[in-house]
Amino acid sequence: MEALTNRIEHVSRKPMSFWEKIYLPAVIKGMGITFRHMFKKVPTIRYPEQTRKFSPVFRGLQILNRDEEGRENCTACGLCAVACPAEAITMEAAERKVGEEHLYREEKYAAKYEINMLRCIFCGLCEEACPKDAVYLSETVPPADFARKGFIYGKKDLLIPHPIEDPEAFALAKGSRIKHPEGHGNEH
Amino acid sequence: MLIHPTLLVIDGAILIEKLVLIVAVVTGSLIVAMYSTYAERKVAAFMQDRIGPNRAGPFGILQPLADGLKLFFKEEIVPTFSSKFLFILGPCLAMLTAIMVGAVIPWGGTIHVFGRNVSLQIADINIGILYIFGVVSLGVYGIMIGGWASNNKFSLLGAMRAGSQIISYELAMGISIIALLMFTGTLSLNEMVDQQKDGWWNIFKQPLGFLIFLVCAFAETNRTPFDLPEAENELIGGYHSEYSSMKLGFYLFSEYINMFLSSAVMVTLFFGGYDIPFVNDFKLGQSIGLNWLALIQCSVLFVKICCFIFLFMWVRWTVPRFRYDQLMNLGWKILLPLSLLNMLVTGALILLKQNHWHF
Repeated sequence: MEALTNRIEHVSRKPMSFWEKIYLPAVIKGMGITFRHMFKKVPTIRYPEQTRKFSPVFRGLQILNRDEEGRENCTACGLCAVACPAEAITMEAAERKVGEEHLYREEKYAAKYEINMLRCIFCGLCEEACPKDAVYLSETVPPADFARKGFIYGKKDLLIPHPIEDPEAFALAKGSRIKHPEGHGNEH
Repeated sequence: MLIHPTLLVIDGAILIEKLVLIVAVVTGSLIVAMYSTYAERKVAAFMQDRIGPNRAGPFGILQPLADGLKLFFKEEIVPTFSSKFLFILGPCLAMLTAIMVGAVIPWGGTIHVFGRNVSLQIADINIGILYIFGVVSLGVYGIMIGGWASNNKFSLLGAMRAGSQIISYELAMGISIIALLMFTGTLSLNEMVDQQKDGWWNIFKQPLGFLIFLVCAFAETNRTPFDLPEAENELIGGYHSEYSSMKLGFYLFSEYINMFLSSAVMVTLFFGGYDIPFVNDFKLGQSIGLNWLALIQCSVLFVKICCFIFLFMWVRWTVPRFRYDQLMNLGWKILLPLSLLNMLVTGALILLKQNHWHF
């Protein structure tokens, strides 16, 4: 029969010679191979203690951004929810009251903002859609949880720490990749 | 009726002495077996470019404790249609026979404590090697009974395999030992070690015999490449398919104890036992004292045993399992004739030497 590819390996079906029949040479050869492997460098990363360096385009857990005065950027326009291919984002808008100017940057804000991390595919389309630089994907890996409920991230899980009250945590959450410092979207 | 007064003196201390020794040897074997499981996983990991268990304690050193605890807390299941008594007897017997081998192995020279000379051997019986063979062949009953009592065809198949495998390989093993016995002229393990103290270990006199013994020891302990009784991809778990909890633990444990003690037997028979290599033990004992000598001898024996345990693991993670017909062919058509030939040649050489031939 003609072979379909030229990659066929021809196997010898000859009966074993005496040298092969006594097994020992082959066994010792194999043991040499396994012994050499004992001194090879292991590629394992001991995860909780060691972490792999992420690539600069890594997309992790979403974060809700604040501006430099600590006011929430999000105006609950819903563009991220529309852009989301996995339909992971839901939100409820509310109107800013007098006296809340230090909390929310614009007149409208998200009273409720939820991302279902079981649905999210970390594509980053919400980040691209946001005109206010309010949502972006950080360098954090979403942690595991025992219950489904634990994967629905509300506003208190997503909001970045306050830049004035807790600048260290803010810097950590923001990550090393510099985002647009002013709240004007991702226009290039 | 007159009895000689010295016969009436029952040395009470000997009971305590032996009891302490027994406890020490049994605990020692159990600890070694425990850490063999850890070593096995580590060796396997290193050979497969992995790290192995490293979560419990530093370098995962507490892993065997965690495993043991897990086995204790597992649910104990006795199948409804099994014969309960035999089902429980199986692992007990496997464990018992595994531990019993340690009784005749000389673990070191003599120590001097509380004004007494204590030999580091539980029982220096003059048929030591026969005792080992007897006990080891009893070990298969543990497997057979467990496999049969499970009332499961896979268990039974595994047990049958274990039975026929151990019978086939015990023959070659015994005959390879006969060649050794012909020139040592003794069955006592202690005397065998004494004879090897000049540095001429029996391995140099009986290389082929050792090789046959080694292969048979692999088969007797059901280790890869001869682990057909528990071939997991054919027989689920083999003879211990139906076992759970610590009963399963006993079976797995007895395998490791068997490995430890068969290494000890091999070292004693072929590698000089507790003899310290390149050192005159007697002279060393005079300069540092008997107790220190015994300690060094014991550690040397231990190092030798560890090398053998490593060999067992090394082979396990290198060689794939034999097919059943290959196993039987190897046992009956290769090892048995080879060991017979070995016996014949050894016998002829001994005869020639006795008739003052020089070579």
